[in-house]
Amino acid sequence: MTESRVESDAVRIRDLDVTFATDGGDVHAVRDVSLQVRRREVLAIVGESGSGKTVTAKTILRLLPETALTSGAVVLDGTDVLRVSGQRMRELRGTDVAMVFQEPSTALNPVFPVGWQIAEGLRAHARISRAQARTRAVDILRRVGIPDPETRVNYYPHQFSGGQKQRVVIAMALVLNPSVIVADEPTTALDVTVQAEILDLLRRCRDEFGAAVVLITHNMGVVADLADRVSVMYEGRVVETAPVEELFSAPREEYTRRLLAAVPRLTLAAKPAPVGQARRTGGEAIVAAHGLVIEYPGRLAQKAFRAVDDVDFDINAGEVLGLVGESGSGKSTIGRAIAGLTRVTDGSLAVFGTELRGAGERRLRPLRRDIGFVFQDPATSFNPLFTIAQAIAEPLLVHGAASGAAAARGRVDELLEQVQLPGAFGDRFPHELSGGQRQRASLARALALDPKLLIADEPTSALDVSVQARVLELFAELQQRLGFACLFITHDLAVVDQVAHRVVVLHRGRIAEQGPTPEVLGAPRDPDTRRLLASLPVPDPREQAARRAARLAAESRRP
Amino acid sequence: MSAADPLAPPRVRGWKRLPVVRQLRQSVGLQRGMLVTGLVITGLFLLTALLAPFLAPYGYAQLQGADGRNFGAQVPPSAAHPLGTTVGGFDVLSRVIWGAQTALGAIVVAVLLSIVVGVLLGLVSGYFGGWLDRILVVVADAIYAFPTLLLAIVAAIVISGGQSSLGGGILAAAISITVVFIPQYLRVVRSEVVRVKSEAFVESARVIGSSSVRIMVRHVLRNSIRTLPLIITLNASEAILTLAGLGFLGFGIQPTKAAEWGYDLNKSVSDVAAGIWWTSVFPGVAIVLVVLGVTLVGESLNDLSDPRLRSRRRARRAAPAVATEPAP
Repeated sequence: MTESRVESDAVRIRDLDVTFATDGGDVHAVRDVSLQVRRREVLAIVGESGSGKTVTAKTILRLLPETALTSGAVVLDGTDVLRVSGQRMRELRGTDVAMVFQEPSTALNPVFPVGWQIAEGLRAHARISRAQARTRAVDILRRVGIPDPETRVNYYPHQFSGGQKQRVVIAMALVLNPSVIVADEPTTALDVTVQAEILDLLRRCRDEFGAAVVLITHNMGVVADLADRVSVMYEGRVVETAPVEELFSAPREEYTRRLLAAVPRLTLAAKPAPVGQARRTGGEAIVAAHGLVIEYPGRLAQKAFRAVDDVDFDINAGEVLGLVGESGSGKSTIGRAIAGLTRVTDGSLAVFGTELRGAGERRLRPLRRDIGFVFQDPATSFNPLFTIAQAIAEPLLVHGAASGAAAARGRVDELLEQVQLPGAFGDRFPHELSGGQRQRASLARALALDPKLLIADEPTSALDVSVQARVLELFAELQQRLGFACLFITHDLAVVDQVAHRVVVLHRGRIAEQGPTPEVLGAPRDPDTRRLLASLPVPDPREQAARRAARLAAESRRP
Repeated sequence: MSAADPLAPPRVRGWKRLPVVRQLRQSVGLQRGMLVTGLVITGLFLLTALLAPFLAPYGYAQLQGADGRNFGAQVPPSAAHPLGTTVGGFDVLSRVIWGAQTALGAIVVAVLLSIVVGVLLGLVSGYFGGWLDRILVVVADAIYAFPTLLLAIVAAIVISGGQSSLGGGILAAAISITVVFIPQYLRVVRSEVVRVKSEAFVESARVIGSSSVRIMVRHVLRNSIRTLPLIITLNASEAILTLAGLGFLGFGIQPTKAAEWGYDLNKSVSDVAAGIWWTSVFPGVAIVLVVLGVTLVGESLNDLSDPRLRSRRRARRAAPAVATEPAP
């Protein structure tokens, strides 16, 4: 039971099978999976959502719900965790295996100081005094790069930024020196610049702390940056396992090749000129913002929060304008303001020549006929009680383009065909569609009234890469054909490179840079844009290593 | 993880999607036992109420048999009167059976009234917010602060002067119950509306240009009333207790206008000491059974609607395996 034997593997998973009992019958989530994680190695498990990667990783800590039924073996330091008692499992958690969660803001308890939460793990495994626990908490916080840990050990989670919270979560995982750390999408909720820092820290977990890391992710850039070996999972099975360079340069399996091909890359190719411009010469801009300011009112004594500050941009007919920036940069707020969901505080925002500042619902309604909106999360943007056909028919009914649901059906089928969904899907309910299908239906609804402007707010960020690639292709094709103008909001520079004619880079509510896409992304002038680009992990391990070195060198030069 | 996997359950259509039916199909084990017991008791209660004219041997206010002779007061159970007669000379069995009708009437009117008013107020309050919302919530909280029975008594006195006929009595009881229940519906619907209001599909309806009324009725309302079947069952049992309480305290329905269990219990208080058990036990048992039945339905609906409380069939195991235990 102890690690007296010299083990080369930190974790060995053999013939693992997991089945969940659900309302809809049994779901066979993991089938016959065998994996090894060597000591001091980062093993990345990649795959689409539903491929079983998270379930596989959670089995290492035996964190599956009661409804799960497992067979096979998960050997951790000579102990099969599927067979040990609950008491022994509790001893193993923390000391032998620890977990880093996706969402740092929910993984920490908001009512306790972080130091207390780190100490809790320590005191669960050893009898040590409060003072000793505190010392060790301060020490580990310093080692994960929290500045001024003596003071901050008493801070509550909300006093840290997202990236720092993730550092604290990693500190909690590291404090007992586990031999394995399971990191479930550790950077998905973070901005690219913060992501790069957290990836550096995870690398140090391996190099300095000597832990093996099981990294679960769907981001191939992250894999290229951090992983030593990669396992690709698909529909509950391991399709391919290979060292990272080999996987990227010579993938053996067809599925791996497809997955890699779907990853968006910066190509910096110039787009064909916007189609609409040639058609409507001399027409004024569809959207014109000048000195645009948007504030969210503060509560009671607090000052209003300025989300967008003095922003100028135009969207011309038939043009796709990419709006990129980190979270909190105000990009979604601008999209919502154009759709009339958020009020304009100051400056001017004109849509189709109508000033939105101070406009009431009455003045907005006619504009909405010409604006389509695609939301980020296709799962929540459909009324769950409507069929897809009913949802797509809504704009037609509201604006009197059709007298009833039956009359609208012809147009609905036409729209579904346009987004390459079979007409029969109209009779389904939203939860019966996959994410990509739902987002296509969402596109169909946005295009129902032939809008002149489409606002797409992170339309593909909730989708898997392979699905994202197809949706983006469809989007580009429809845009070419129908010639609508589009505001494309995203945090992913590679996506914006693929679809946008021009780019606006936002930084903390202000415009950092704007211009034609290849120019801005190819030769950025603004330091914030440059940092954003440098932090973007590219799906190529060799290139990524070079980029990482360059970025670290640039950072060390900066004070 | 997205819900759309190829293993998604086949779509269930038609009557199988109705609230109680769906949960019944979904339930297993103890939860199913509770639900079935509750449904059987509630079903018996409904049948008794609807078929009272055929089931009851006598009328609820009948004092004499067909031969013109009085039943007599406090007669022990016999062939003519299987459950005996009351101190007022009524047949106990008939009063208990007819009482089901009164109880059902009070439940239906009370629940209908409070749903219509409560849901409407909750919808408006939650959707528009602002000062209207504040006022409604404060009033609702103020009503909460009163003892419900006291409030019901006040309402009964205001509405009918305390004593009244069948229609008036049921209405008075129902309205006084309604006053107490409206705040519950208001708060539940309001909190659901506030949650649903911020969902993306409501925003997408706004972007499309739908009017507020259309959004409220088409999009928000139907997504906010999932918990109502549960509250209805819980309130139904509370309605019976309130009605019986009113009757017991003498604010109910006159015995000549309708049978009412609470009133009968009130009149049998002095019998208990005299060893006359049949006048109090049967109306009492009727109240307990109906409340139990309806509460069982409500409780199991509550458990079944919460995926964390719902028990499921175990996954079928293909090979000998070790079941994982829940994380501590």
